[in-house]
Amino acid sequence: MTQALETAAHPEKLRRVVIEPLSRVEGHGKVTLLLDEHGHVEQARLHIVEFRAFEKFIQGRPYWEVPVMVQRLCGICPVSHHLAACKALDQVVGAVLTPTAEKIRRLMHYGQILQSHALHFFHLSSPDLLFGFDSDVGRRNIVGVAAAYPDVARQGVLLRKFGQEVIRHTAGKRIHGTGSVPGGVNKSLTQAERDELLKDCYQMIAWSRDAVRLVRRLFEQNLAMYRSFATFRSHTLSLVRADGALDLYHGGLRACDSAGNKIFDHADYDHYWERIAEDVKAWSYMKFPYLKELGSDEGWYRVGPLTRVTRCDFIPTPLADRERREFMAFDDGRAAASTLGFHWARMIEMLHAAEAIKDLLHDDDLLGTDLMAGGKREARGVGVIEAPRGTLIHHYRVDENDQVVRANLIVSTTHNNQAMNVAIREVARKYLDGREITEGLLNHIEVAVRAFDPCLSCATHAVGKMPLSVQLVEADGTVVDTKVRE
Amino acid sequence: MTDVTRRKLRVATTSLAGCFGCHMSFLDIDERLFALLERVEFDRSPLTDIKHCGPCDIGIVEGGICNAENVHVLREFRANCKILIAIGACAVNGGLPAQRNHLDLGQCLQEVYLTEPSVTNGMIPNDPELPLPLDKVHPLHEVVKVDYFIPGCPPSGDAIWKFLTDLIDGRTPKLGPDLIRYD
Repeated sequence: MTQALETAAHPEKLRRVVIEPLSRVEGHGKVTLLLDEHGHVEQARLHIVEFRAFEKFIQGRPYWEVPVMVQRLCGICPVSHHLAACKALDQVVGAVLTPTAEKIRRLMHYGQILQSHALHFFHLSSPDLLFGFDSDVGRRNIVGVAAAYPDVARQGVLLRKFGQEVIRHTAGKRIHGTGSVPGGVNKSLTQAERDELLKDCYQMIAWSRDAVRLVRRLFEQNLAMYRSFATFRSHTLSLVRADGALDLYHGGLRACDSAGNKIFDHADYDHYWERIAEDVKAWSYMKFPYLKELGSDEGWYRVGPLTRVTRCDFIPTPLADRERREFMAFDDGRAAASTLGFHWARMIEMLHAAEAIKDLLHDDDLLGTDLMAGGKREARGVGVIEAPRGTLIHHYRVDENDQVVRANLIVSTTHNNQAMNVAIREVARKYLDGREITEGLLNHIEVAVRAFDPCLSCATHAVGKMPLSVQLVEADGTVVDTKVRE
Repeated sequence: MTDVTRRKLRVATTSLAGCFGCHMSFLDIDERLFALLERVEFDRSPLTDIKHCGPCDIGIVEGGICNAENVHVLREFRANCKILIAIGACAVNGGLPAQRNHLDLGQCLQEVYLTEPSVTNGMIPNDPELPLPLDKVHPLHEVVKVDYFIPGCPPSGDAIWKFLTDLIDGRTPKLGPDLIRYD
């Protein structure tokens, strides 16, 4: 099943169609389709085409630079990398965080969840959902939304703004801030900053709730299509709190099968490599992780909002939890199993983030002055966080000179690699097979990719560059030239 | 009013070897976006589904050059945009990704795809669909002529707003000391 449409038997005879670049997603990716003479899809692949070397070039750097460097993996969710690195390095400096430090970090993180989810839904995906997947390409963007649904666009922009302001007040600046450091944070909130955020946060809760209901209405209007579009069964992986609650900052690993039965639960992420391994495929720089105990063919899984909302036991804020229960019950549970359910779950998480920010802002620990902790120095640390797009793993080893000697990062989007490939194959089979390919049909493929809100920039983190062998191939598959570089 | 001030200016944006942080900072103009949309329209951009840049008044490029595809996209922008702006540290001087310039990339690839202990069936990705990586990350001006540089990692939304409104109003863009920064 997972192998279907991955590799055509005779690619040289097939017609190539490419979607490049993928738009309204973050980072660089493309989708290629190979079709036979009757237009039947024989192969569909999502390629990640860029290739960096973050894990390599942070080796030798002093560990305290790492949280500031690694966040430059991603301008949409820099806080995720900033905090995952700090959590790993908290272990290296032997710190148990002060209450003020942990709450400031949580506030920063929920600010980021709010802004990133708002950006993804309103700026990137809502044009598909509001206008239709094959609507006019000239209007299918945030500018079109601003013209046709000015209130929706305005709320999206202001929700994102609020999340960015939460980040600015906790991290020092909106993008690539410096607020979190190994062992704690370097600033808490002033009374004035707290009051400024409190003033707006009730409006954000109300708008987030409206956004959840907007997605619900979209499902109701297109039930048959939304239920099945790009939908597939998969295992899942997410962090959950000790009591089973949704917790995006800290918890244990929970893996479930497609029916929700637990494969493992509350697993300590400190030894994540006992649970997860990675495959490589020649056609993508992004690796393919899988659950070790199930093997590479069966063990692939899905992370992110849909997994978290449907696989946690409850959400610890009341409005979001009520929306979660409605989502789970809707259409006999089929929305919660559908790929477009990602958007619904994402908006429920945005509501949860707005509620969590409100609760934190009422906690006087945020104004505290005890910011830093330390303890017995350790040689290694692992930090895991639920980033907007899913489980994010940072792992460092630091030597006695405080220099990083080894780093491993498994980013959210990488976990979804196989799932996204399965989703586009599902769409290719159902919507494109045997038909004349139009721009609108190709956008269906991108709609499937966008549901995951992939961060293709993050996903290229690891790698050096320079493939050793490069071929120049014509559209019909003929190899024109091969270059090998040592 | 001249013809130029009456019609909307056409703006294309792209991110090459960057993190999209400069695009996010662009969106940090917040609700001023709606005022901007009175004056400009978007061509190719991560915000639209236009896949290739057409004739434009302003091109804004984030990120440096790390592979052959980046070079093609940058040349397409230069050929189509009357004014080309390098935005952010990576476009201006390579930025953080250029820290790989002192590494041997072949060795990097082997380590990441072949000898990394968590990898089960090691191979180095080499499919023809993957663009040729360059051995170094380059800033934009080493490949094409660049008209303006906005430093910062990223430049703030306020800096981007000031720069663009100056440009659109026909003034020479000027960022004061409060808006120029390099972090």
